[in-house]
Amino acid sequence: MKSRRDFIKGAATGAFVLGSSAAAERLGLAALFDQNAQSKETSKSRVIVARDADLRGQGTQPDEKRMLALLDRAIAAYTGRDNQIEAWRRIVPQDKVIGLKTNGLGGRGISTHLALVLAICERLQQAGVKPGNILVWDRNARDLQACGLTINTDPSRVRCFGSDVAGYEEQPVAFGSANVRLAKILTRECEMVLNLPILKDHNLAGVTFSMKNMYGVVQRPDELHGSGCNPGVADLNRIPVIRDKVRFTIGDALSSVYEGGPGFRPERLWYPNALIVGEDRVALDHTAWQMIERKRAEAGVPTLEVAGRPPRYIATAADATHRLGVNDPKRIHLMEI
Amino acid sequence: MKFCSGRWMVAAVAIVIVAAAAGTGCKKTASGPFPASGAVAGWVKTSDTRVFAAKDLWHYIDGEAERYLAAGIVSASTSDYEYQGQVEAIVDVYTMGDAAGARKILETGTDEANPIQLGDAGSAYAESVTFRKGPYLVRIVAVTYASPAGVQQALLALAHGMEAKL
Repeated sequence: MKSRRDFIKGAATGAFVLGSSAAAERLGLAALFDQNAQSKETSKSRVIVARDADLRGQGTQPDEKRMLALLDRAIAAYTGRDNQIEAWRRIVPQDKVIGLKTNGLGGRGISTHLALVLAICERLQQAGVKPGNILVWDRNARDLQACGLTINTDPSRVRCFGSDVAGYEEQPVAFGSANVRLAKILTRECEMVLNLPILKDHNLAGVTFSMKNMYGVVQRPDELHGSGCNPGVADLNRIPVIRDKVRFTIGDALSSVYEGGPGFRPERLWYPNALIVGEDRVALDHTAWQMIERKRAEAGVPTLEVAGRPPRYIATAADATHRLGVNDPKRIHLMEI
Repeated sequence: MKFCSGRWMVAAVAIVIVAAAAGTGCKKTASGPFPASGAVAGWVKTSDTRVFAAKDLWHYIDGEAERYLAAGIVSASTSDYEYQGQVEAIVDVYTMGDAAGARKILETGTDEANPIQLGDAGSAYAESVTFRKGPYLVRIVAVTYASPAGVQQALLALAHGMEAKL
């Protein structure tokens, strides 16, 4: 593991081997996604795991000030910029609609935390994004309300609504096993999407985090569940509009279910009090998987392999057909702060 | 004419409601096995009951629906409850094709739970209670609470109230 100084030095050079630089240039984000000056070290995919053991103070919900501070630390470490406005401007364009794709499938007990959404909205606005150009979304009102969010379509404020309002494209798009109708919020409203999944065990896929959260952008996610969601997850993420627009993940590992997911299982709830941040969706999911496995071992629960549901889609996403990122730990530059 | 207009308006509203329910795969129904507010001391029903047919189950528990489908689920109903302003709980009633289906689901993943005498069989953790009775599987989960003390007792009281209605 590298020191924070080394990491920031690497981040500051802005060398990324993954993602689509063309899409980044279109958004005016070439600084962050600059492919120049790659060194052997900085060509690795960066993943930040930022923790705050005291995030909740005396309560059960994250303290909003500490949440903002945790987010700031994660973004500063990733971008190499301590100035938050400068850091966010390297991540998002200021004059485009930015989507925040949450995950409320698990209901109120295990959904993307409201405090995280609020913290991101605050920083986006400080970076110059107009409130109406921020669109918090998910499958439907129920999922958004599970996160504690309120539905709002007023364009003068931060917007929040689901695909039950905006609908899905009539024409399906396909890659491999995925033949899906995409959410119009993704295809028509948002120029870029920040992915805000919540870390969970998954009854079929093994782990649900960054890539699996894209099941919430299609009309019939249940049709992608075969064979442990493999290659469904990888194929779905390979669809160009998803691969290109969903460019940055701020993963919620503030609380997590390590067994019995993806629904809420209070008896299997745990509090990593962490954010997992990065661009490489495969590296992020590999990192998240390892966190789940460590917790399962600690709790005396069998590995996902033994349980019969290893997240094979992660390796599939890294293969030559998909090229969505890297799952080789040697090629992941993990920084835990 | 005025009557006709009103009737058409009612029909139109009904169509909109059914269409909205179909859009999310759920329907709102009368109470069924769900106790009304106050029927179990301290518990208030805080939402409508939503019902999902087997084919629409993925709308509610995407990722877990397959397990229930394999066990022969017919429908799932869910409602929210609150206990004395201190505990918020979600109550799910899964109506299976037969008792064997309910047993199959209950016996999965409850190795460390405490068995309880309720219905045909049941189990409890500190913040959740699950039991089966005939083809019904009932799961009650506390999603928020001010203090963990007394949560299980409150959930068990609600569970007994539900068992009596099945």
